[in-house]
Amino acid sequence: MAQDAGMFMVHQTIGSVLCCKCGIRMQPNAANMCVKCLRSEVDITEGLLKRLVLVHCPECESYLQPPRTWVKLQLESKELLTFCLKKLQKNMNINKVKLVNAEFIWTEPHSKRVKVKVSVQKEVYNGAILEQSYLVEYVQQDHMCESCSRVAANPDQWVAAVQLRQHVSHRRTFYYLEQLILRHGAAARAVRIKQMDHGIDFYFSNRSHGNKFVEFIGKVAPVKSRSDKQLVSHDSKSNNYNYKYTFSVEISPICREDLICLPPKAAAILGNIGPIVVCTKVTNSIALLDPLTLKFGFLDAEQYWRTSFKSLLTSRQLVEYIVFDIEPVSSEITVGGTKYVLADAQVARVSDFGSNDTQFSIRTHLGHLLKPGDHALGYDLYGANTNDMELDRYKGYIPEVVLIKKSYEEKRQKKRAKARSWKLKSLNMEVDDKIKVDEDKRDAEYEHFLKDLEENPELRFNISLYQNKDYQPSEVASVTEDDGEPIPSVPDDELLAANLLAAEFDDLDLIEDGDGEDNMAE
Amino acid sequence: MATRLQFENSCEIGAFSKLTNAYCLTAIGGSENFYSAFEAELADVIPVVKTSIGGTRLVGFLSVGNKNGLLLPHTTTDQELQHLRNSLPDQVVVQRIEEKLSALGNCIACNDHVALAHTDLDKETEELLADVLGVEVFRQTVAGNVLSGSYCALSNRGGLVHPHTSIEDLDELSTLLQVPLVAGTVNRGSEAIAAGMVVNDWTAFCGSDTTATELSVIDNVFMLRGDTRPGDGFDGMRKSLLDSYK
Repeated sequence: MAQDAGMFMVHQTIGSVLCCKCGIRMQPNAANMCVKCLRSEVDITEGLLKRLVLVHCPECESYLQPPRTWVKLQLESKELLTFCLKKLQKNMNINKVKLVNAEFIWTEPHSKRVKVKVSVQKEVYNGAILEQSYLVEYVQQDHMCESCSRVAANPDQWVAAVQLRQHVSHRRTFYYLEQLILRHGAAARAVRIKQMDHGIDFYFSNRSHGNKFVEFIGKVAPVKSRSDKQLVSHDSKSNNYNYKYTFSVEISPICREDLICLPPKAAAILGNIGPIVVCTKVTNSIALLDPLTLKFGFLDAEQYWRTSFKSLLTSRQLVEYIVFDIEPVSSEITVGGTKYVLADAQVARVSDFGSNDTQFSIRTHLGHLLKPGDHALGYDLYGANTNDMELDRYKGYIPEVVLIKKSYEEKRQKKRAKARSWKLKSLNMEVDDKIKVDEDKRDAEYEHFLKDLEENPELRFNISLYQNKDYQPSEVASVTEDDGEPIPSVPDDELLAANLLAAEFDDLDLIEDGDGEDNMAE
Repeated sequence: MATRLQFENSCEIGAFSKLTNAYCLTAIGGSENFYSAFEAELADVIPVVKTSIGGTRLVGFLSVGNKNGLLLPHTTTDQELQHLRNSLPDQVVVQRIEEKLSALGNCIACNDHVALAHTDLDKETEELLADVLGVEVFRQTVAGNVLSGSYCALSNRGGLVHPHTSIEDLDELSTLLQVPLVAGTVNRGSEAIAAGMVVNDWTAFCGSDTTATELSVIDNVFMLRGDTRPGDGFDGMRKSLLDSYK
């Protein structure tokens, strides 16, 4: 600016002229007419839309966004204002009018009218910009949206079904999967969940939801899946076909703590680890450990299903042993986050303990856990009656006992059944009444699953545990029986703030510090 | 009293005509109405000449003159020059000048004593102006526009300038020109004053879009109503608008 450059500028006073129409004195402007005359000359709202229709679904309070989307909007909200103004935009652009301001005028909620006061600006008469506000009225028409009408017509309607199956005799996997699904909210879109024999069925209203769920399962378990569709209806005029989609997902029958005799093909893939292996972890791949050599192998879903083998012995067939002597042979090895120590041990079955002298000298991978006098659970290959072709064919050394884990049964029995300080949420599944369900068996399995959770911190990793308000730690602290080792339990800091579940569980306290460790001083 | 007229449906009559105290030039138009309007007012007093300049009808934009002389751009043909020399009175010197800014009417506003010129006018042209027209030349802008000829209409008794002219500018110009000046509009708010009207000491012609307010302002500042008092619109109209019981 010349002024900034130090030049002397005379102060300019704007003079006044007479409005060319009405003759009153005014400041000169681009049109040289006073505002009133200008307004009377020009109506910039001419040709703009003043009355529009909004299609509204009374069931779900949503508005139609052509051609087919329904958006949920609140009355007198910012989003509704944006939605209403969008409809005016094209018309405004054609008339070269600029939107300056908009606000709602209150209307009765039942009047089915939404009123918006809009201020617009337009250029008139070579440069003069005129601003004017006017009222736009939106009439709300009621029309049920597609999803609401479908729900109203047939509430049980599903479009995609996912059938999850695992052909084993227990439901541990499904308890664990249930917790995973809850944690990640994968079944949030499911219309119905039904418990079936050997599995669970999930029903969705959209094929893509079903597909997403199948992919989620594929990431957490080794699965084989296939999908099919069935024609439901066909509109020959518009060539619309409606299908029902079914996804059949099968989870591999290998579970944690299973004993497996590997067929030679599978052993070859894994680097020829001994035919007797223990399954240590199942995620979307299966981790196998050779207990005699501490060698590891991983099989992912594809590889497993190519050489699909079954387990030799499952955790139902675990037998309790007592350890007499243990001698570490190797140093501590960490594989996949867990420590193992190869050790030679002298064990005897608890059933044999008092009655006869049968003892076994075995090699075990639990050298870091076991001490003389401990109880352990393991598979009794010496006395087992197996029906496996691979095992019969194998000519080499087969161990007589394979120990799997330490047993806390004795200690648990000393404590009377105490309430746990934590609890789990569950999916609301329909149970088929026609299938005979053995209540005791189910309860025992669930209890076993909970014990498993307590003993294995790595299992708890992906699960949400919630604080149990009914639990009173003071009772437990009074127990004085001392056995040297605490029973595994869940430390308090792993428990989640239960305000996530306020409705269901009534727990509203935030956890600040654990009330000390929950390890019992025994 | 100012007259309202149109040239071929355009209200910019200042482009198509030039009015001074000694003569009037009009363009050759489609209908005779334009010419007749001038004739009706001026026929007895001063010659009204129909002409073209350089083959165009923009007589008002291209030429500048007063009672002493007339200056024409270099685009004027010899025939036109001769025609004008023949038609105009002998005391009016008609001269064709070589000037880069050939729209002389837009660049220079003048009356019989003083002229406002475009700031970039040639020195020779300025001297010619002083010589031929007998005026004192001031290089000035009007409301920041260098085309002082088109934004200012001047007569010996008053002047009308661009409506956005500030008060300081108005004072300065008024002092230079020694006539009362008013900022106003013509042709319903148009800012190009000299394009919309032509004026001499006793009469004025405006485009037909000019509103009554603008017309009264013009009448007042150029003192066309026979009042010797200059001034503000209402004072002038007071007598006719207000009844008195005296």
